[in-house]
Amino acid sequence: MSVTRMFGASVKRREDPRLVTGQGQFTDDFKLPRMLQMTVLRSPHAHAKINSIDTSKAKALKGVRGVFTAKDIEGMVPPMPCAWLIPDSDLKVPVYTPLATDKVRFMGDAVAIVVADDSYIADDALDLIEVDYTPLPAITNQEEALKPGAPQLYDDIPGNQAFHWKFRNGDPDGAMASAEVRVKQRFVQQRLVPNAMEPRVALADWNDGAGELTFYNTTQNPHIVRFLISATQGIPENKIRVMARDVGGGFGSKIPFYAGDALTVFASRKLKRPVRWTEDRRENYVATIHGRDQIIDVELGATRDGKMTSLKVTNIANMGAHLSTAGPGVPTWLFALIVPGCYTIQNYACDVYGALTNTTATDAYRGAGRPEAAFLIERMADLLALDLHMDPMELRRRNFIQADQFPYTSAGTLQYDSGDYDKTLDLALRMVDYPGFRQQQADARAHGKHLGLGLSTYVEVCGLAPSKAAGAMGFQGGLWEPATVRVLATGKVIVLTGTSPHGQGEETTFAQLVGEELGVPVEDIDVVHGDTNAIPMGWGTYGSRTTAVGGTAIIKATAKVVEKAKRLAAHLLEANVEDITHDHGRYYVAGSPTKVKTIQDIALMANLAWDLPEGMAPGLEENHFHDPTNFTFPFGAHICVVEVDEETGEIKILRYIAVDDVGRVINPMIVDGQVHGGVAQGIGQALYEHAIYDENGALITGSMLDYAVPNATQIPHIETARTETPCPHNVTGVKGVGETGTIASSQAVVNAVCDALAPLGIRHIDMPLTPERVWKAIQAARQGGTTGNPA
Amino acid sequence: MTQSIRVTVNGEERVSEVEPRTLLVTYLREQLDLTGTHIGCDTGQCGACTVTLNGQPVKSCMVLAVQADGASVNTVESLAANGKYHPIQQAFWDKHGLQCGFCTPGMMMAAVGLLKRNPNPSDAEIREQLEGNLCRCTGYQNIVAAVQSAAEAMRAGSSGGEE
Repeated sequence: MSVTRMFGASVKRREDPRLVTGQGQFTDDFKLPRMLQMTVLRSPHAHAKINSIDTSKAKALKGVRGVFTAKDIEGMVPPMPCAWLIPDSDLKVPVYTPLATDKVRFMGDAVAIVVADDSYIADDALDLIEVDYTPLPAITNQEEALKPGAPQLYDDIPGNQAFHWKFRNGDPDGAMASAEVRVKQRFVQQRLVPNAMEPRVALADWNDGAGELTFYNTTQNPHIVRFLISATQGIPENKIRVMARDVGGGFGSKIPFYAGDALTVFASRKLKRPVRWTEDRRENYVATIHGRDQIIDVELGATRDGKMTSLKVTNIANMGAHLSTAGPGVPTWLFALIVPGCYTIQNYACDVYGALTNTTATDAYRGAGRPEAAFLIERMADLLALDLHMDPMELRRRNFIQADQFPYTSAGTLQYDSGDYDKTLDLALRMVDYPGFRQQQADARAHGKHLGLGLSTYVEVCGLAPSKAAGAMGFQGGLWEPATVRVLATGKVIVLTGTSPHGQGEETTFAQLVGEELGVPVEDIDVVHGDTNAIPMGWGTYGSRTTAVGGTAIIKATAKVVEKAKRLAAHLLEANVEDITHDHGRYYVAGSPTKVKTIQDIALMANLAWDLPEGMAPGLEENHFHDPTNFTFPFGAHICVVEVDEETGEIKILRYIAVDDVGRVINPMIVDGQVHGGVAQGIGQALYEHAIYDENGALITGSMLDYAVPNATQIPHIETARTETPCPHNVTGVKGVGETGTIASSQAVVNAVCDALAPLGIRHIDMPLTPERVWKAIQAARQGGTTGNPA
Repeated sequence: MTQSIRVTVNGEERVSEVEPRTLLVTYLREQLDLTGTHIGCDTGQCGACTVTLNGQPVKSCMVLAVQADGASVNTVESLAANGKYHPIQQAFWDKHGLQCGFCTPGMMMAAVGLLKRNPNPSDAEIREQLEGNLCRCTGYQNIVAAVQSAAEAMRAGSSGGEE
């Protein structure tokens, strides 16, 4: 199988013409005849008892078609499902109803819905609903929530603890006891708001006569939505069509199935009209999942010459007021297994406590668990180097898994497929001129200026699959992907994928893969996604899996098409199939390239079926169902160079270098774009973003006015470079790049700032490194002593 | 209670009945079915709804439809003309200046305004002047490259649609 030419070319995106002309089809762009608009009344309290709800005035408003509370949906819309039921824990899944019954448990909890002729009327009606609440004490901090005496969210989950999950490898206690040096640190992974630019939208169109539901949704995984609607609302799966044409970013926040989604389905069935719910941004801040929010205590044991020997981690994760679709998997499996990073450390313990609090639920946000893991180990590497007075680069090299040790079974019991960690580090160090920088830093220090360089040598676990692993981890779904490659009579090609790209550009990269194999120009290939009636099945786009898993399925389906084309070419050329060769879509007898059947000739004959070989079925279409044998393990070295202003605490990023190895690269332009965006989100966490609740449980960063989504002036130019270590267990050699930038970057920035401020005695500052926090850390250091976790 | 307005939208005169509280963006999307202009926030922060009002970029979620009475409004749908992309559209495509594409219409309309004011901007000037348009996908790098590329094409005399 040749993978050359189109594979590796920066082909311009096939998605873009519709998007740059304003003709994208985002969910809110769909308008159906007789369509109604739904809005949701949300709790202003973080924790309160509902005494009564009076909807009479709202119902009386002209243009209002229905007002519903928990009582009205009872027995018709069951509690929202949690789809990641982690084994090896005492997991308790709280009952989370789409509309609150006796209590509200977070600011933004849904209390009632209004369905009206348009959104203005619906909003007016919301103001007319009277709810009598008795506010209760709220708890938002996960560590406090687990303490005795904390306000209780659920009667049947005492102590607010949803789970305690453990992982052990080797002899962490013994190795820690005998370690020559030990480093301890607490890291606070602050809560983040994903902020996909398109808020969430659901449009449910129930056809009562046919008993069919068409559901347009801003989702990363339409088939999972179909499955969950079927499972929770009793509509047969074959009577549900879920559509997600253009989706305006997701970053994990469009994986879950939300209460608002379920309520539009209910309302459409009840009123027998299409019902659309368009979340506004303020609603998005409270009703769409948040990310991170983990308090992590770490102890690292090592030898005096810097060899890491034992690692112990306790993570208290804030799950929010209920368990979101994939919530429990994030701080456990997705975090814990990759914590040991690129290092040979083998003794490892991890305990994760999932706490329920009066906050918005947390779930997967770009990287999901792996940014927290990479941050932890890369910060610990720097702290260990600091304590040992060792160059952090040298410390990393002493602990790296070596290139000849792959496949390598890590302390997290993952089998890392391939890697060469020195190679990416070498390239990054050359790009930054490491010795030159250290000299420059020393000179700057002599003049009272604070320059710092932060390293992040990361490895991530991506290409989420195989299904067997999903089952072992308690994920209530599979992780395989199907593909269909259909060559039409005119030689044009339709490719069906169960993945659901929403900005990642696979309409282009998948066309490149197919074009390469079939010898058909990419312009002739359309990649169809986001329609459960067109596509056999699919588990969606997340976990950097789309190209590694979905792309491999496509390559394999295409290979089957080529095989059939060869057999038909042999028949048409009156030759033996063994003698047929092909290139660039031309099929001929080896040695006689003048008598040729093109793939277009063959497609026409296959579809006409006038003259097929004995036993050959008509058409030129093949399916493949691909389930990988392992995850993929992209890796790399990021370097951030900063200058810190001692007087103001301001940080200026002078350089940002990203050297990534994501396996083989199909479209370098798109891969660079994924890295840029990923790094921007990592820098956002490092420097700017923080979702903050006040003592009453009100989200005080509840809009883009108060929450710092980075703008163009806040993100530096990013220098990208790559090495290519192919994935050995898929035919494309691709590993995945969607999350790389985010997983790699926050710690590079924080390491750089802490390197700059090390002479002042500053060891660590928690994210986000706002000027205020940095300034306070500097003041504290000036007043004597080292700093750990300033407020 | 509605009010009658007369607005030239993408070169075409439209007479419509709107409620006084109707936002310009709602009018464009829901009444005129011009869905290329997107709503990303409610607070004028994200810029996804940027259109031009009498040639000046405005956030159409911060303008009432009645305020556009008698004015000329151009949206992303006006950029391409005579089957040809505006240089800004071509540049966003060429330079991979978009990923999910949701912020793109507003980003391009803001960029068109920027290039009108400053046909030869530095990278830093582009970043500063696009500060009011948020993108969560691209990290802005290729947006800056796209605006530079469009600036170059426009200085060389390539013209586009209405704006």
